[in-house]
Amino acid sequence: MTPALEIRGLKKTYKNGFQALKGIDLEVAPGSFFALLGPNGAGKSTTIGIITSLINKTAGTVKVFGHDLDTDLQAVKRSIGLVPQEFNFNNFEPIGEIVVNQAGYYGIPRNEAWERCEHYLNELGLWEKRKDMARTLSGGMKRRLMIARALVHEPRLLILDEPTAGVDIELRRSMWDFLTRINTDGRSIILTTHYLEEAETLCRNIAIIDDGGIIENTTMKQLLAKLETETMVLDLSEPPPGIPQDAPLALRQLDDLTLEVDIRRGQHLNDLFRVLDQAGIRVHSMRNKSNRLEELFLRMTRNGQTPSHLTPGAGGTSEQPENQA
Amino acid sequence: MSPSHLQQYWTAFRTIVTKEVLRFARIWVQTILPPVITTALYFIIFGGLIGERIGEMEGYRYMDFIVPGLIMLAVITNSYSNVVSSFFGSKFQRHIEEMLVSPIPNSVIILGFVFGGVARGLAVGVAVLLISLFFSPLSVHNLPVMLVIVLMTSILFALAGLINGVFARTFDDIAIVPTFVLTPLTYLGGVFYSVSLLPEFWQGLSMLNPILYMVDAFRYGSLGHSDFPVALSFAIIAGFITVLYSVALILLNRGVGIRS
Repeated sequence: MTPALEIRGLKKTYKNGFQALKGIDLEVAPGSFFALLGPNGAGKSTTIGIITSLINKTAGTVKVFGHDLDTDLQAVKRSIGLVPQEFNFNNFEPIGEIVVNQAGYYGIPRNEAWERCEHYLNELGLWEKRKDMARTLSGGMKRRLMIARALVHEPRLLILDEPTAGVDIELRRSMWDFLTRINTDGRSIILTTHYLEEAETLCRNIAIIDDGGIIENTTMKQLLAKLETETMVLDLSEPPPGIPQDAPLALRQLDDLTLEVDIRRGQHLNDLFRVLDQAGIRVHSMRNKSNRLEELFLRMTRNGQTPSHLTPGAGGTSEQPENQA
Repeated sequence: MSPSHLQQYWTAFRTIVTKEVLRFARIWVQTILPPVITTALYFIIFGGLIGERIGEMEGYRYMDFIVPGLIMLAVITNSYSNVVSSFFGSKFQRHIEEMLVSPIPNSVIILGFVFGGVARGLAVGVAVLLISLFFSPLSVHNLPVMLVIVLMTSILFALAGLINGVFARTFDDIAIVPTFVLTPLTYLGGVFYSVSLLPEFWQGLSMLNPILYMVDAFRYGSLGHSDFPVALSFAIIAGFITVLYSVALILLNRGVGIRS
């Protein structure tokens, strides 16, 4: 099946000599919800800029649903909808016109453009504000406006560059629901985000880019399975009578009602609870100390080094993304 | 290019022009009103107060002589400034990216911006013409020449404004050319006088000023008087349009000022 996105040997060197991309390969399956993660300056936005033809590449090939960026640019552009990181609409234009004009740039007649505009602005809760100037919208509304604008020509691939930055939790979750729904309907989505919980919740496939190169490209499940140790925090119902010292699990008492435990790969929670039961410790609730993906991300991108326990042979860059079509 | 593509490009072109027209119409106090007031002052001061003492110019009442030039002055400056400010503004706020990610050919982007500028140039030109009727009767010697010259001139300066907008990096950059190049060339382009009044050396120098031919040809269409053959003026304007359009297209194709 033709990939939604196929990148081979992509390089970008800016005029000042900075090499933003050092020859990346990336493949996104059609229908995928794909996370492209990396620290600031890793090359995410440059990659997206090249795919959307806002940045000229230095070398390599980019294909979107089989259309080559160099030879079939118009088909590539028709296939992509972009929600950029920065607000890039005219602040002094009514939001309905922003969306309708975008449709017009794709050759969609004005009547049809208004129908689509109504549909997407309704979906994103902005239709009532269609006559308002864009500058009057809140940050969250501006993000939603850019999503409506990106969808109005009904692209097969939606690229979102940090779409929920600065958006409150309630709104973020409603945007997640919306994005999940349009992905379920068959639209491929590439997402960059600094909220790793967001990537873990939404995306089935993931690539991590650092220092201009892809250091990981796999499924979310396989990536999370690489986590050597998870730290869990246990909230207790009452102070523990004592802390078992010879347990196979390393338990640490943080305060009267809180314990922390490291669970290594291969160990089971059943073992933990058996030990706790035997010691008469009653657990009220349990949670991860930090987001699992965040833990992995920090380890992988720190100093640009892949940690020793994450060997390439255990699911490195050679793995193909899960096909979610 | 298939008919469906042509239809899509036509829709895209109309979208850009409509957007541009709505833009300058929304801020008409900044875009339409000032040139109209300025030109009305020109009519009152130069045409009325000073013109009465000047008497005739090339056999015409001074007020009647300057009306075509002042209309052209308004058309030139407004066509130019509409495109340069709109294009630079779209770069500054980055909403030029709305067009760059879409499948519109660069030629359509250029034409859209240019005809947006033409729309403002002509709107202000018509407003100035209406104001002039308070001071001078409407004089039409050759209507087709008037219309074609004003349209071509407007296209030419809209293209020049676009090129300025491509290179501009700051708001200063969009004011330099209109202030230090466009206004002096227009004032020295025979708006207020006939070039035949100048000493021979200055006449020769003036002939390097393209605006001279535009004002002259438009005055021919209005009054029937010209210092140069109208065909020469058409050829010069057409030549400039061709060159400026080609430059604009090359710049956009190379992504100058708009792509990294």
